[in-house]
Amino acid sequence: MLEIKNLHVKLEEEDKQILKGVDLTVEAGKVHAIMGPNGSGKSTLSYVLSGKDGYEVTEGSATLNGEDLLEMEPEERAAAGVFLAFQYPVEIPGVGNMTFLRTAVNAQRKARGQDEISAADFLKLVREKAKDLKIDAEMLKRPVNMGFSGGEKKRNEILQMAMLEPKLCILDETDSGLDVDAMKLVAEGVNALRDENRGFLVITHYQRLLNHIQPDVVHIMANGRIIKTGGPELALEVEKNGYADILAEVA
Amino acid sequence: MALAQAKIDAAEVRLAALSVPESTGWAQAARADALTRLRAMGLPGRRDEYWKYTNPTSLTAPEAPRAAVFSDPNDTPVFGEIDRLKIVFVDGVFDAAASDDLEMAGIEIERLETAMQADIHWAKDVYGVLETRGQTPVERPLAVLNTACATDGVVIRATAKAAKPVSLIYLHKSDASDAILHHVVKVEAGAELTVLENGPAAARFNKVMEVEVADGGAFHHIRTQGRDHERRAVTHLFARLGSESLFKSFTMTANGVMTRNEAVIELLGDDASAHIAGAAMGDGDFHHDDTVFITHDAVNCESRQVFKKVLRNGATGVFQGKILVKEGAQKTDGYQISQSLLLDDDSQFYAKPELEIYADDVACSHGSTTGAIDEEALFYLRSRGVPQAKAQDMLVLAFLAEAIEEIEDQTIADEILARLQGWLDRRHG
Repeated sequence: MLEIKNLHVKLEEEDKQILKGVDLTVEAGKVHAIMGPNGSGKSTLSYVLSGKDGYEVTEGSATLNGEDLLEMEPEERAAAGVFLAFQYPVEIPGVGNMTFLRTAVNAQRKARGQDEISAADFLKLVREKAKDLKIDAEMLKRPVNMGFSGGEKKRNEILQMAMLEPKLCILDETDSGLDVDAMKLVAEGVNALRDENRGFLVITHYQRLLNHIQPDVVHIMANGRIIKTGGPELALEVEKNGYADILAEVA
Repeated sequence: MALAQAKIDAAEVRLAALSVPESTGWAQAARADALTRLRAMGLPGRRDEYWKYTNPTSLTAPEAPRAAVFSDPNDTPVFGEIDRLKIVFVDGVFDAAASDDLEMAGIEIERLETAMQADIHWAKDVYGVLETRGQTPVERPLAVLNTACATDGVVIRATAKAAKPVSLIYLHKSDASDAILHHVVKVEAGAELTVLENGPAAARFNKVMEVEVADGGAFHHIRTQGRDHERRAVTHLFARLGSESLFKSFTMTANGVMTRNEAVIELLGDDASAHIAGAAMGDGDFHHDDTVFITHDAVNCESRQVFKKVLRNGATGVFQGKILVKEGAQKTDGYQISQSLLLDDDSQFYAKPELEIYADDVACSHGSTTGAIDEEALFYLRSRGVPQAKAQDMLVLAFLAEAIEEIEDQTIADEILARLQGWLDRRHG
């Protein structure tokens, strides 16, 4: 579904190469985890896939079901099925959470040639999904992410994901800043979305999130490349021994 | 003194092009007094500190610069969905046929001219009186000119809660019209009144509204200034507030090569509250100036100034706002925010926030910012599928939200929001 080939990316503003030839394939129905030390390029990969400004692709490709992602605007990627759960969800004063969600859902439907969802149907759906994530009505009424705790922001990301039903879900360090209970809640939200048509790319520092979201494949990323790929046991190895051994092994 | 003389000469030239309306009795005295004051102070010039960011020339010139009459067949009447008492002025002249009967329970409405002919009239204690108070510490000569030479207007006295808003509609039909209107409003103790204003009024419009709110009274004011881009306007709002009274004013301005909106508000009774807000949007040679002076002269009063401007393609925004807290005005809660959102590198915003405080137990805050669209927020919205133009509009309206929230009536707030959205939509073609 997602195919990344030999992806090289540098920062636009400074001459700094961040990704140095990433190869990665995420199949529908699978959960791929990317682990790696700080500065290895994990977050950059998530931003490049979702279309954030400030990065220049110097070589390679990234396609979603054969469509060239890198040529698309961020909103086109979203309509094509890419969703990034942000590591730091942005607070937007003055834009209501519900208004934002409904605008996003309808914009995507429109882009796909579908009818807009009615206000009543939308409300019903959002309430249902919010309940599962323990997001109360008060939170939905507030401006986007304003006054939300770290955990609430992450749950709000998952709520958006549930409403938008993307094909490819990228979770960028969704576990950061979460206590155990919040992490469980978020993981349950993610697991509820797992199905055979949807792929996941879960970026994390730590193995603990992967106890709750069981990956099919684990990649280790370092210095802009994927240096090792394995099964869930690879995550446990990192947890036990840190990255040093793996880095030494491939060096 | 050459500068002062030039200003005085400018006043004479301007007056020579005007005919001071004939009045008798109290009105004659008020006009004569204003005339004397104007001749002494002259008209504002480019070198005046108070006009540093706005060139007054087109507002003081003897002849009004021409302004094409704008019409959009798709336009719906502003406040058209609201049950209101309509008072229509065409190029600054009251149009009785187009207006509703000036009758409402608990509300007295008269044409200024009629009120001026009465030997004894409550308006005598307000007309030119609040304006005169507003001349210190800063002179506002265009308001003095207005008191001396206003040719029309209404006087409104509320003795109870008005059943519906009084809606002043200013139509612009001649591209050379030069209108001077003066309204007087008195909200008696415990009474409540909403005044709506909309329309460009004339090629050049000089308007004064004096508002006296007695103890426990409430006055709401919502205005839109019309889409005629070439029109020019200088407006003054003078208000004097009694104890436990409420004053709320909101102005939406979209387009206009020259707008100077001044507000001078005095909180004279304890526990009074004054809110004044503005949302302005413009591009190209749009020039918009909000100049506000709020004086706290009583205990435990609150004031808020919330001014937001969205500027593009070289548009200019100006904010001069002052909070003066007099000695003894303890427990004052003053807030002032002026912000501009610049949608490109060519636009400019000048802000001059001022606080002057002579009491020791007060809470006053002020802030002023100028910035571009938040790229992080824009990407966040787009990453969820919201197209770029729509995402930008959402952020623009969000930026204006704090000002729009000052409108208490939700129906009116919704209409203002829809009109701002319309302005944005037209920019996308």
